[in-house]
Amino acid sequence: MIQIENLCKRYGENTVVDDVSMVIEPRTITTIVGTSGSGKSTLLRMINRLVEPTSGRVLIDGNDTTAEPAHLLRRRIGYAIQGLGLFPHRTVADNIATVPRLLGWDEDRVRERITELLELFQLDPAAYGTKFPHELSGGQQQRVGVARALAAKPNVLLMDEPFGALDPIIRSKAQDDLLGIQRRFGTTIILVTHDIDEAFRLGDRVGVMSRGRLLQHDRPAALITHPADPFVSQLIGSGDKSLKLLSLTKAGEVAAPGKVDGPALPWSVTLREVLAELVWSGAAAATVIGPDGDAIGHVTLTGILARGRQAA
Amino acid sequence: MTREATRVQRIDHLGVLLSLVGALALTLLPLIVFKANRIVPGEPRALLSLLPIAAFVLYFTLAATTAVAVLIQGPRVRLLAALVGMAALVITVAMAADILTPAGNRVVRVAPGAGFWIVLVALGLLATDALTRLRPGPVLRVATLAGFLAVTLAALGSGFFDDLSIMREYAVNATRFAHEAQRHLLLALGSLGAAVIVALPLGVLCHRQPRLRNALLGVLNMVQTIPSIALFGILMAPLAALAIAFPALAALGVSGIGAAPAVIALFLYSLLPIVGNTTVGLGRVSPAAVDAARGMGLTNGQVLRQIELPLALPTILTGIRIVLVQNIGMVTIAALIGGGGLGAFVFQGIGQTAIDLVLLGAIPTVVLAFSASVVLDALTDLTRRVPR
Repeated sequence: MIQIENLCKRYGENTVVDDVSMVIEPRTITTIVGTSGSGKSTLLRMINRLVEPTSGRVLIDGNDTTAEPAHLLRRRIGYAIQGLGLFPHRTVADNIATVPRLLGWDEDRVRERITELLELFQLDPAAYGTKFPHELSGGQQQRVGVARALAAKPNVLLMDEPFGALDPIIRSKAQDDLLGIQRRFGTTIILVTHDIDEAFRLGDRVGVMSRGRLLQHDRPAALITHPADPFVSQLIGSGDKSLKLLSLTKAGEVAAPGKVDGPALPWSVTLREVLAELVWSGAAAATVIGPDGDAIGHVTLTGILARGRQAA
Repeated sequence: MTREATRVQRIDHLGVLLSLVGALALTLLPLIVFKANRIVPGEPRALLSLLPIAAFVLYFTLAATTAVAVLIQGPRVRLLAALVGMAALVITVAMAADILTPAGNRVVRVAPGAGFWIVLVALGLLATDALTRLRPGPVLRVATLAGFLAVTLAALGSGFFDDLSIMREYAVNATRFAHEAQRHLLLALGSLGAAVIVALPLGVLCHRQPRLRNALLGVLNMVQTIPSIALFGILMAPLAALAIAFPALAALGVSGIGAAPAVIALFLYSLLPIVGNTTVGLGRVSPAAVDAARGMGLTNGQVLRQIELPLALPTILTGIRIVLVQNIGMVTIAALIGGGGLGAFVFQGIGQTAIDLVLLGAIPTVVLAFSASVVLDALTDLTRRVPR
């Protein structure tokens, strides 16, 4: 658990982060969304003390982060940034090995971990381990950047616009990969983004920041149904609230028992996508297929519409 | 380019220019100069009447080289032609010297004339241009240099060129030459070493403190504008005073003239290129890489040693190359204040109006500077693993 208590950062007259408090539950993804200059990156960088707070404190699992030297703290926290910051003069393998070597792991264990991570990120260790970053595509570099951040198995991972430089298709794949990895390792992730759709797609909880203040920190659905501030509703947009809400729920989560006549859709698609499919095909309901390929239930058009209406 | 265009024989502009210069030099200036002794002005001798066959072979070879230089684009052929031309030129002049020197006579001097030097430089330019077009890797470049130096030294050591005036001067000064050459390198490398030790930390400091950078680089820029002779002069008085005030310093070799002011002046001139390039090199390191390094828990020292300096190294080495080449040249002037080095021959030669002695100091200096430049260029390329 990460507790942020009354955190402030001022540069002279300028208050960049203004009295922010929040609690981040373990094994969840928290996204912090805001415009540029909202203080979201500074907030993130105060967690691993790349920026020292003017006042307030951060507790990780109950321990004040100032209790140990900053560089030792940072070795326990994963860190991935936009543009990745891969070391251009080091191979992919050496980039990934950075933190394990700082921690003094023996070389066998380091090598094992490199292989494990490259395989996890679908990069052939034999082919890619010895390459230099400039020999990789943007998507591959991004995967190496996240692999490097995860190398020493940190419990907490901080990410600052990690997908900012990717084109939309690779970006969506990278987001899926991140969700998969978070589920697999139970890492607590705090991710900063300016993209509200990304924030909603990844976040178990979403924090909205503006001018240094944390305006609201809640589940995505609550942000849509009960925005705490005009800026939050403006950021979310008023035109497609219902569709945004539907896109937060997967078909598998709300499927009622029984098969129906109509299109068959996988459990992982969102209600928004089911709605689109039903409108397109003219059917009144769709069968939901589980992860193992069997039908696990159905969703109806009226049921979907009712869920979208809660927003009003 | 269309196929038609490539088929048309293209004329090489550099080749035309070099050929014109070479041809003019050969017709207007002497290849060989004969002197009754080492200080009288020389009189030109016609090669054709001395060595008719050798002269014919030389002119034919140079004509062929010219044809290649003008008409053929392939760099390998051009390089070969330039080297063959050089060999023919050098061998012919050495043969002429042999014929013109009466057996056992140690007073007569036979020197290559202005025509020889100009043609040699033209051929050298043709060769380096061809080498550049071949785009050799760093290792190959150093190997080529080493090969060229080895062949040159072997040729000079063979005795074939012993009748040429410069080799005559060398024979007289052989022991001193080795000593002065060693001293020359010591002065150049010593001041460079001291400058690296001081300038690297200063460069790092300048990178961290922009305000210090402007002040320090301003001062160093001013130092750079002081003419070397003037700087030697400026240093003379305080160093002499120091040596008198502290006999211990005098015992260490500090004095108003000699090596001390030379090394200090070279050291001061060396600071700006190294400090400047270190600052620029560190400034070019990707801020994301530094941020990521700090974010992953590298200490400031580790960030500097493992990330910033390795990435800035090619730029820093470029600064070191500038300094080394500059120092090798400038040590020559240090001879004027008793610093020693190859410049000693230059100034002694000027004093005696013995141009051959001047060349004995000057040519090795040029070769040293050129070699240093090639080696450090190669090192820079080897450390630049990442395309910019």
